[in-house]
Amino acid sequence: MQYLEQILFVIVLGVAIFFFTKSVKRIRRNIFLGKDKEINDNKPERWKTMIRVALGQQKMVVRPIAGILHILIYVGFILINIEVLEILIDGIFGTHRVLAFLGPVYDVAIGFFEILALLVLLSCIFFLTRRWIQKIPRFHSVEMKGWPSKDATYILLIEIVLMAALLKMNAADQVLQAKGADHYIAAGSFPVSQFLVPFFEPFSISTLIVFERVLWWAHILGILAFLNYIPFSKHLHIFLAFPNTYYSRLQPAGEFSNMPEVTNEVKLMLDPSSADPNAPPPEKFGVNDVTDLTWKNMLDAYTCTECGRCTSVCPANITGKKLSPRKIMMDTRDRAEQLGKEKDRLGSEYHDGSSLHDLISKEELWACTTCNACVEACPVNINPVEIIYGMRQYLVMEKAEAPNELNMMNTNIENNQAPWQFSPADRANWTKEI
Amino acid sequence: MSEGIKVPTVAEMVAQGEKPDILFWVGCAGSFDERAQKITKAFVKILHHTGIKYAILGTEETCTGDPAKRAGNEFLFQMQAMANIATLNAYEITKIVTTCPHCFNTIKNEYPELGGKYEVMHHTQLLQELIDDGKLTFGEGAFKGRKITYHDSCYLGRANGVYDAPRRILEALDAELVEMKRCRKNGLCCGAGGAQMFKEAEEGKKEVNIERTEEALATGANIISANCPFCTTMLGDGVKHENSEDKVEVLDLAELVAQAKDL
Repeated sequence: MQYLEQILFVIVLGVAIFFFTKSVKRIRRNIFLGKDKEINDNKPERWKTMIRVALGQQKMVVRPIAGILHILIYVGFILINIEVLEILIDGIFGTHRVLAFLGPVYDVAIGFFEILALLVLLSCIFFLTRRWIQKIPRFHSVEMKGWPSKDATYILLIEIVLMAALLKMNAADQVLQAKGADHYIAAGSFPVSQFLVPFFEPFSISTLIVFERVLWWAHILGILAFLNYIPFSKHLHIFLAFPNTYYSRLQPAGEFSNMPEVTNEVKLMLDPSSADPNAPPPEKFGVNDVTDLTWKNMLDAYTCTECGRCTSVCPANITGKKLSPRKIMMDTRDRAEQLGKEKDRLGSEYHDGSSLHDLISKEELWACTTCNACVEACPVNINPVEIIYGMRQYLVMEKAEAPNELNMMNTNIENNQAPWQFSPADRANWTKEI
Repeated sequence: MSEGIKVPTVAEMVAQGEKPDILFWVGCAGSFDERAQKITKAFVKILHHTGIKYAILGTEETCTGDPAKRAGNEFLFQMQAMANIATLNAYEITKIVTTCPHCFNTIKNEYPELGGKYEVMHHTQLLQELIDDGKLTFGEGAFKGRKITYHDSCYLGRANGVYDAPRRILEALDAELVEMKRCRKNGLCCGAGGAQMFKEAEEGKKEVNIERTEEALATGANIISANCPFCTTMLGDGVKHENSEDKVEVLDLAELVAQAKDL
């Protein structure tokens, strides 16, 4: 019976890891549908940014309530995983509380995890009330209807269930320990689950073992199921926040990169001697589909957890325009998923003919003031402006579809060297009035 | 009192065998827009007053290409950029100051890769430097006790991290700075950036400049200070829209300094 349980556990674990690995490969492939871009300068600064922003949660606490609750869940998640390690060992080898030999350290650790589990559980409940009772507006904007909203709720519910299972399992376990059941060595301290003891006390040892086993399995199966849910959910940020902050843009936010292929074309016109005559003519300008974005833009999209802080500070969105930086990121990810699936089905060369522009309208793109408030607000350094900007470049340089007023502005710059219709000869006229 | 300032061009200086220590990049708004010209003139008066050896490009200056770039026209941007860089390099310009944060950002961050490497300052940074060096002093402050709020432009603030220089100027003017809730890194855009200045806004329930002006008016300040010709225009329009132009003025920091010095 015991071996059967172990064999079953190893099989379940194997299956869970298999499917998780498959998902990781899918996401990795989708991220690298984006264009190659070398980002490995200034490593010390990159490590510092990652430690500050991802590990240290620096930008989360800008909004203190959400920030502190998030830190509780985050710390809980990381530390309770140490206990999951023990669960894995116990599951494979049929041991029970294998790390109990650590003695007092173990007792303190288990006690501490219980307190964390309770805090995580309470934080999740608090987050649910913010979402569904307090109805904070950024959780209910247009792009959050349907799956995104359900996804967020599922994640919180799953975490509540997992933490509850952990505490109840400990409660059953300590009753078994007290009753001197075989295999259940006395180990751990249970500052939280002790209050659940009265519920388990009346049962016989054999019933309690069933309880404990069921809860143990519920906990670990829950964790493995959650692990496999994450790659299909916005919850991926728990892994991707780290690489995403490491590969953050380090230049000033106002610096929009120059297109090197344009530089050569312009040189050919203005100063042919400095141009590279053999450079291939550019294939395409700007961003039509996700394949024209960089892999970092795609990593941004997969890292986005749809918190909506970007949208809540976007001047266009605040004043009722359609643009929502969060939607830009969600659309990018949706499109990457769609294209990825089609490539799986029909081969890597396949392209369905649709594009990111089918999901993101011109109205959204032209509403951006490039103010970078969204970039500043993002707790994991996502940059929606780069995508918006790239898509504008495609509209203008490939399709000549700029709003009329901007075409006029460009014509003025070409003809008068100023965005307005003034004569260049009059540029210094103001000096006469001083 | 400062009537009849002769604003030197680089060409004139070079013709006399001289070179400016710093080039004042006026920008298109500062050159042509009536409201922005006042900022330009105020700044020139300060430059003149402090005896800095400066010059402008005059009719040799052309649009940096910033609005074309933000609007997605990289070709036009690079054409403008390379033409300007050719002019600046021909005159061996090494240091530039500008009253426009968009020009500032573009020349400072986007020109170097195209061959234009200069030390670039925003005028609020130069003003702060002059104050720190004691070259610009204010007696019993003209703005003593006056409530002034300050609007961070996106391209000076978030884009380039300059938050303190403008505030130090207000401090030197002895003004009482009343911050808006959305300030510094969290400052709200005036609505003009990213080439929005040159087009109608998309459909919405409000204009961005009205949202921002309301926030500025709510501070109770009677001067809204700014550092950008576009912000100044947007907020000025906002103040008119709110029928507050009798009570509240929108002024660039250069204008405040010039006023304090009675230039």
